[in-house]
Amino acid sequence: MTPEATILLAIAVPAVGMGLIAAAHRMPDLREAITLATAGLLSVLVASLTPLVLDGARPGVTVFEMMPGLALRFEVEPLGMLFGLVASGLWIVNSLYSIGYMRGNEEKHQTRFYVCFAGALAATMGIAFAGNLLTLFLFYEALTLITYPLVTHHVTPGAVRAGRLYLGLLVGTSIVFLLVAIIWTWQLAGTIDFTPGGILGGEVPNATVGVLLALYVFGVGKAAVMPVHRWLPAAMVAPTPVSALLHAVAVVKAGVFSVLKIVIYVFGVEATAGVKSVDWLPFMAGFTIIAASIVALRADNLKRRLAYSTVSQLSYVVLAAALLTPLSVIGAALHIAAHALGKITLFFAAGAIYTAAHKTEVSQLDGIGRRMPWTMGAFTVGALSMIGLPPAAGFVSKWYILQGAMATGQWNAVAVVVASTLLNAGYFLPIVYRAFFVAPPDDGHRAHGEAPFTMVAALTLTAAGTVALFFFPDVPLALARQLAGG
Amino acid sequence: MRSWRRSNLPFSKPPITRCNILISQNYPILHVVVPLIAAPLMVLLRHGGFAWLLAAVASWSSLAVSAALLAEVAGGGVISYAIGSWAPPWGIEYRIDSVNAFLLVLVSLIASVVVIYCRESVEAEVAPEQHYLFYTMYVLCLAGLLGIAATGDGFNLFVFLEISSLSSYVLIALGRDRRALVASYQYLIMGTIGATFIVIGVGLLFLMTGTLNLADMAARLREVTDTRPILAALAFLTVGISLKLALFPLHLWLPNAYAYAPSAVTAFLAATATKVSLYVLLRFYYSVFGESAVFIAHPTSDILLVLSLAAMFIASTVAIFQDNIKRLFAYSSVAQIGYITLGVSFDSLTGLTAAIVHLFNHALTKGAIFLLLGGIALRLGAVRFQDIGGIARVMPLTSFGIVLAGLSLIGVPGTVGFVSKWYLVLAAIESGAWWLALLIVLSSLLAVIYVWRFVEAAYFQVPSASVSRLREAPLSMLVPAWLMVAACLYFGLDASLTLSGASQAAAELLPGSR
Amino acid sequence: MTAIANHFSYWATLFIAIAGLYIVIARGNLVKKLVGLAIFQTSVYLLYIAPGKLIGGTAPIIADKFAVYSNPLPHVLILTAIVVGVATLALGLAIVVRIKEAYGTIEEDEILAQEQPALQQTADNKM
Repeated sequence: MTPEATILLAIAVPAVGMGLIAAAHRMPDLREAITLATAGLLSVLVASLTPLVLDGARPGVTVFEMMPGLALRFEVEPLGMLFGLVASGLWIVNSLYSIGYMRGNEEKHQTRFYVCFAGALAATMGIAFAGNLLTLFLFYEALTLITYPLVTHHVTPGAVRAGRLYLGLLVGTSIVFLLVAIIWTWQLAGTIDFTPGGILGGEVPNATVGVLLALYVFGVGKAAVMPVHRWLPAAMVAPTPVSALLHAVAVVKAGVFSVLKIVIYVFGVEATAGVKSVDWLPFMAGFTIIAASIVALRADNLKRRLAYSTVSQLSYVVLAAALLTPLSVIGAALHIAAHALGKITLFFAAGAIYTAAHKTEVSQLDGIGRRMPWTMGAFTVGALSMIGLPPAAGFVSKWYILQGAMATGQWNAVAVVVASTLLNAGYFLPIVYRAFFVAPPDDGHRAHGEAPFTMVAALTLTAAGTVALFFFPDVPLALARQLAGG
Repeated sequence: MRSWRRSNLPFSKPPITRCNILISQNYPILHVVVPLIAAPLMVLLRHGGFAWLLAAVASWSSLAVSAALLAEVAGGGVISYAIGSWAPPWGIEYRIDSVNAFLLVLVSLIASVVVIYCRESVEAEVAPEQHYLFYTMYVLCLAGLLGIAATGDGFNLFVFLEISSLSSYVLIALGRDRRALVASYQYLIMGTIGATFIVIGVGLLFLMTGTLNLADMAARLREVTDTRPILAALAFLTVGISLKLALFPLHLWLPNAYAYAPSAVTAFLAATATKVSLYVLLRFYYSVFGESAVFIAHPTSDILLVLSLAAMFIASTVAIFQDNIKRLFAYSSVAQIGYITLGVSFDSLTGLTAAIVHLFNHALTKGAIFLLLGGIALRLGAVRFQDIGGIARVMPLTSFGIVLAGLSLIGVPGTVGFVSKWYLVLAAIESGAWWLALLIVLSSLLAVIYVWRFVEAAYFQVPSASVSRLREAPLSMLVPAWLMVAACLYFGLDASLTLSGASQAAAELLPGSR
Repeated sequence: MTAIANHFSYWATLFIAIAGLYIVIARGNLVKKLVGLAIFQTSVYLLYIAPGKLIGGTAPIIADKFAVYSNPLPHVLILTAIVVGVATLALGLAIVVRIKEAYGTIEEDEILAQEQPALQQTADNKM
């Protein structure tokens, strides 16, 4: 099979999966088998592209021309490859987990859930492999719309309100800022293809570059840079698997991925490094990191704490991109993968706790580690990764970001990373401490054990992945290095 | 006067003059004549079923002829057809170029789709003894709209305008609600004032140039451009046409007319009538007065710009607070017309392309929405928000179609609305007005709100007892409606066809574009 | 004075047009509105026909005795316009009859009173 066909299949497979899943709505077992099969096939397809990209090839395919000069085009480059690998790989694990969660909690509308999930993955693949801004925008909006039914899954008034905020902020920012930025770029540069080294070149005035960057950063609402982060905590009304995959992997990562990709392939790391008008971005990202961490510190609801932790961690990627050094770009790319693995583990754990013990608040978790050792063990690994301690993947990415900041003497950024590390420890370690070292209250805990097997298996897998990425970061690192080199 | 002068027409391209021997040589008039002849036949036959069949045949043959014409002028040629072989500028000339060929295809295409839909919808909404009259008026309206587009003669244009208007007043008055009568009366008054303004404008031009042939008129206007009667003509034509195309604040007739007309009529008129009026505006501005006389000598751009922005924001805001969904989308039409005139106001090739492509795109989108709403009206009898709660469970295809077309109103990528918006924003940025680009996208957020009012009502409410008894709309209504929805998506993804048509039309209107 | 005398027909046209429009706007009776509309349209007939006449001109029949002809075209056009006007008036009156059947009145404010608040918006912007 040619790489071109593989790329198209990677988008077509989940899309076709949607139809099959919908068709099998009367047979839950078949439906879930189809989900797993689709996820498996997708990750095989994506993985088969990896050796090519590692060898330096950039397979691409132009599907058709949407408007004169503006084609629907896919092209696989290292960053997209990395994102595609992460998203497709975690979909399998997440599907396993979803099956346990949805059945364990007897959720309604399960077919719609799986259909939209597959659709979200198709859109994510489209974003990962987008060859120009137009294609990226197309799938970006598609992802927002297809995940809307997932966010409002429970159809309660609260869910509908959250849905409004979710849709309003994401569609609003993307149409008002991102679309204008894309069209402006098209008008300035005459192209919107992602090109190594950037397309804005030297002719564009510095002030314009700064304004454009602002339009892009706030236009990509999914990256959740403050003040456009509000949708993320709101979307936590969704079932936990949705929060896990979409709000730790697909949606938010699509956001920071887009920012990173735009910085690298539209602005160009070296071309923009000396431009003064973009200096505001590290401050904005730094502020988001610290402020979100402080909010997380005060949140008692576990999912809310995780949500704000996500907001904070996403801005690491934005910050790393904004430092505009090759090393920090490597760190940014790695952090997409590292945070995805770590955060999905944490969400899985939160969902497992909810399913097994029906607990949602941090203050209820005293001693729960004794009844759910696997879950809380995995949670600990995820927390370590968030803090950036070995032996978890978060350490590697943070290391590169710090190196990048130090190499160019951006000490503010170093201070932010250090301070946030302390804050991260401040809101994660107490949970771990409570779970393992505080005695359970006598009456509070019903007799319960671990969550259903598939859920525990899933979260153990991702926790293992987090550790594995620390010891064997070869493939992501190689991809990220290509990014910095090219 | 007019007949008394010699004319040396400086045609930009030598028109193909035709003799009337073969049928194919009579194409430029055939698409008007066929529905025009069908109308009296229907009255003679007095049978609803036959009348429908005849209307369908007339619409489809008009479509075939229009498509053939478009294919012929696609390369940039001009077909000139002299009625009764009286050579222009003395006789009435039909003049087909890439601008109106595009429009002819649009109008006859919408008519052909809607006529299929009519069968079941009209059955339910119009009294049986009036069916044949309905179709008579339908084809008359079609003939009028096609005639406006095809003719190259100022007075002939007025006549066709009145044919289409009079028949559309009747069509609106056929609505079930008694308010349809008041709406129709209102439209009659305002429409007639508009048409009379147009004919005054044409009369002034005729007095100054001695000709009614638009191409001839354009050539002779150069000598008298700066005189006061010409300025008066420009003003009368602008106001008159703006009334017909419902440019804010002359749109007052539109919401009621659309809301209370029979569903098929709403869809047909929303997709065609205002669009044809827009074409007339473009024709007079660019082909008759000339770009410099309209846009450089007078602050036409600024006036259009302000009115368009007012339409986009005020009409969209009003739409948000409507209870009747048809009325909501009628106000949305006023707002969308604002986008089109905004494109015109840029007075640039990109802006004009945006206007023309949005003219086509909006016709598809609104046509689809009103057709689908007709399905709800058929089953439920009403289209108010308080009645449709949870309707997505019983009419999933209808509801989902409305959502998709609604996304196109918002301008989500992959729909035709996105293509329009892209060009509109590009035109704004090209003209250096970045604040305008922001306003354009901001106004589309208002569309998010009103479309999502429908989404939340249809999907998130528990169906009432009366709703849960309903069935999906009949296939003969769903298929045409979904054809339009599919077109919305297809032309949103692959816009090369519509864009090349639009940009060629824009280039035709704006020769030597800057 | 000369400005008025030389353009007498235009002043008449203008007066008729404004009178007609005024009736359309100011009267609440639907039939009277239509009458106003008809008067307004009549002004157009004058606008077209008056300039076509040349003093001393005859019908355009080529004959030795005559050298000056009046333009016949405006007459032809206005014949058409009259037909359009009559059709409009007839249709308008027909609709008014139907309105009378449906509402029992042809006074605009009484109709609006019956349709509160559905047509409120249009009442505010009375034509």
